[in-house]
Amino acid sequence: MYEGVVQDLIDELGRLPGVGPKGAQRIAFHLLAADPADVRRLVAAITEVKERVHFCRVCGNVAQDEECRICRDPRRDVTVLCVVEEPKDVVAIERTREFRGRYHVLGGAISPIEGVGPDDLRVRELMTRLADGVVTELILATDPNLEGEATATYLARLVKPMGLTVTRLASGLPVGGDLEYADEVTLGRAFEGRRLIDV
Amino acid sequence: MSLYRDQGVVLRTQKLGEADRIVSLLTREHGRVRAVAKGVRRTRSRFGARLEPFMHVDLQLYEGRSLDVVTQAETVASYGAAIAGHYPRYTAATVMVETAERFTSEERQPAMQQYLLLVGALRTLVEGERVPEMVLDAFLLRSLAVAGYAPSFADCARCGEPGPHASFGVSHGGALCASCRVPGVATPAPDTLLLLAALLSGEWAVAEGVEVRHRREGSGLVAAYLQWHLERGLRSLPLVERA
Repeated sequence: MYEGVVQDLIDELGRLPGVGPKGAQRIAFHLLAADPADVRRLVAAITEVKERVHFCRVCGNVAQDEECRICRDPRRDVTVLCVVEEPKDVVAIERTREFRGRYHVLGGAISPIEGVGPDDLRVRELMTRLADGVVTELILATDPNLEGEATATYLARLVKPMGLTVTRLASGLPVGGDLEYADEVTLGRAFEGRRLIDV
Repeated sequence: MSLYRDQGVVLRTQKLGEADRIVSLLTREHGRVRAVAKGVRRTRSRFGARLEPFMHVDLQLYEGRSLDVVTQAETVASYGAAIAGHYPRYTAATVMVETAERFTSEERQPAMQQYLLLVGALRTLVEGERVPEMVLDAFLLRSLAVAGYAPSFADCARCGEPGPHASFGVSHGGALCASCRVPGVATPAPDTLLLLAALLSGEWAVAEGVEVRHRREGSGLVAAYLQWHLERGLRSLPLVERA
């Protein structure tokens, strides 16, 4: 145990995800030895992120204003909507530079064992967004794990009667991997989703 | 460090650190085991989808102090895709794994019957010939029976008077005769008790002949009976999608 404030700092750092007691101690002593200006910058960044960052009222992504950068951008295609679980998935898809439509962030996946049902996610907001008929294609980009698949199934069933095209991201072999190491489920999905080669 | 091999069903997974997961398994020989699957969240993981919930796998693990570590996993049967692609099956299967987990609260205590029951129920669910909520109710009743809480649907649960009887006491262990019944117990339709008895013993022909409204009443009784014996409610049960 350290004295007063040092121990308080270690305890607070230890509550962060992925930081254990030893790691917390290391960060605390790093901060103690660091330049005061660096520490002030860190403090300012933390305070500012809590004060200025909200969730976009349209898509649920993190935003500095009422609406996020993507929802405000008039060049984005309003007819295609991509549904993701978390804001970090938006960033991952944006990195591909393949997608020019807009997003809808659910805030998680349906997981009954954790007590998370459709009402705990932004499903109602999604249905409201789709109601005006502007969106013609809905891309379900939830995680390719069990909860993500089940969420996609649930949404597809809900949205299909509205008459829009519902698509799901492809699953299969990772680029740069070895076929022999692929598990049966992934390899099976790769076969299911095989496509014609145009030459 | 000792290695062992076993077959098991993945009950639930939980994120650990950057790319790992803790996998809770119900195994054939070793009961419920919690093990770390290293690097499983990376897209190039050699485990891939093998350690997703509802997967039936052949595993090699090594024994750790608190958690074991999965070193190899081979698929025995893959139920995940067929379950996740059908929402009512997904919600039913989730209740099954949560129940199995609760009935095997003690880790590493062999629970072969619970294991066999779960594998059978998942297989039946995926085959798709039976209604998911009936498969679920049958599983719950048999799971209760394996745990020692078998309800009585015909003879009186208190005095053993041969039935059928009109009352059903959730906290009394089943059907109650006219002289044993206490105020406040349920009085379900006779067909509902018939249905539940058929689900418990596996007489599908009888169970499927019963009307839908009795199924609904039966599911309510099963849920109440289960919650009574588990003391703490199941999180997934209110989210089950019923037709």
